[in-house]
Amino acid sequence: MADQVKLFGMWASPYSRRVELALKLKGIPYEYIEEDLSNKSCLLLKYNPVHQKIPVLVHNGKPVAESLVILEYIDETWTNNPVLPQDPYDRAMARFWAKFIDEKILITTRKVSLASGKEQEQAIEEITEQLKLLENELKGKEYFSGHNIGFLDIVANFLVFWFGNVQEVLGIDMFSEEKFPVIFEWIQKLVKIDVVNECRIPKEKHLDYIRTRVEAFKSSTK
Amino acid sequence: MEKSDLKVKVLGTWSSPFVMRARIALNMKSVNYEFLQERLWEGKSERLLKSNPVHKKVPVLIHGDKLICESLIIVEYIDEVWPSAPSILHSDPNERAIARFWAAYLDDKWFPSMRSIGFARGEDEKKAAIAEFEKGLVLLEKAFGNCRKGKPFFGGDQIGYLDIAFGCFLGWLRVTETTSGIKLLSEAKTPALINWAHRFCSDAAVKDVMPDTEKLAEFAKMIASKRRGEAPPKS
Repeated sequence: MADQVKLFGMWASPYSRRVELALKLKGIPYEYIEEDLSNKSCLLLKYNPVHQKIPVLVHNGKPVAESLVILEYIDETWTNNPVLPQDPYDRAMARFWAKFIDEKILITTRKVSLASGKEQEQAIEEITEQLKLLENELKGKEYFSGHNIGFLDIVANFLVFWFGNVQEVLGIDMFSEEKFPVIFEWIQKLVKIDVVNECRIPKEKHLDYIRTRVEAFKSSTK
Repeated sequence: MEKSDLKVKVLGTWSSPFVMRARIALNMKSVNYEFLQERLWEGKSERLLKSNPVHKKVPVLIHGDKLICESLIIVEYIDEVWPSAPSILHSDPNERAIARFWAAYLDDKWFPSMRSIGFARGEDEKKAAIAEFEKGLVLLEKAFGNCRKGKPFFGGDQIGYLDIAFGCFLGWLRVTETTSGIKLLSEAKTPALINWAHRFCSDAAVKDVMPDTEKLAEFAKMIASKRRGEAPPKS
């Protein structure tokens, strides 16, 4: 029986795009279902009743939720082009920094987007520190995973397309080549890779999307 | 020297459920380790700050010259470095994904909701916190039913990743039951989990590292009074 792979995702979500990137890197054919997060489908609610969130991967009818869990599932099920390293310590480090990205950097990015004044300044300081820590992991390497892109490069995908857009909408300077030369060099390498470009988010559409969300949040807190 | 022969240490505290995860995993693999106890209520030591500069938290697994942080990452590391039976994670990718999903749920949602009970101010807030927490327990009871496939543990015949991820919280759950005066694991709503909890706590890899509930409750009182700025008891 041929494998049936479906991905419930959302075009602007870095979590959803990272799963797409992993599937494409492995050459796994899949059906993509775009979810309207303001009107979630019955199927999404059925496949992820606990969190009711995207992304959800459905493989031969069995759902897998949570993007980092999905990435590991993909790597274990389709063992060609492995995205996680072989060595247990290297795997632990990749997982550690992936968790750091999700629990610290992405959360602080949200704070930066939605805060203003002193609070926003503090959040920008926080994210600068966090990005510096992450940048250290790239020093002396072509990619986070070494000579080829892997797990941590995939998880750090939001730096490639999202960060610059958020910064542009907010009119702030927190992420520049001057501040993070090693990360910027890595981004230049990544955007030359075909599958990474296939997961590129449309810039203008994304700028509008961020603007709408920031305005909606600000008016809801007035 | 074989990787698995290098010296193993765990930096942690006896009261932390997260530290317990690392110790249970090492016990399952019969790996000898030195337990370096931190006294976190007195401040973070130089040793801790050096071992986990990013988060400054326990547990840290020290394996030879390598430092591994984050409890669930440590458990997976242990399973991979000492791959001999018993396996901590299932071999099937779908089973592994289910276990990792629920472990993430426990850390991101469920345990914080248990802590909210302790921090709740006033009866209304406490009732709301307990209701939220109990919803989670009902989900976990159902997950247990699905995962166990008629066997005694989430992991099957023996304890596994999800048993460890969940069971480590039982000490603090019992303390919360004592201080709130409410049975959180109940025959009415979570009958299977009650029996699972007894089996888990009796497991050879668990029983020596599961803290005594009374001792934990005393410890909780001590931390709470420290937070309120009262003088620490002589101990």
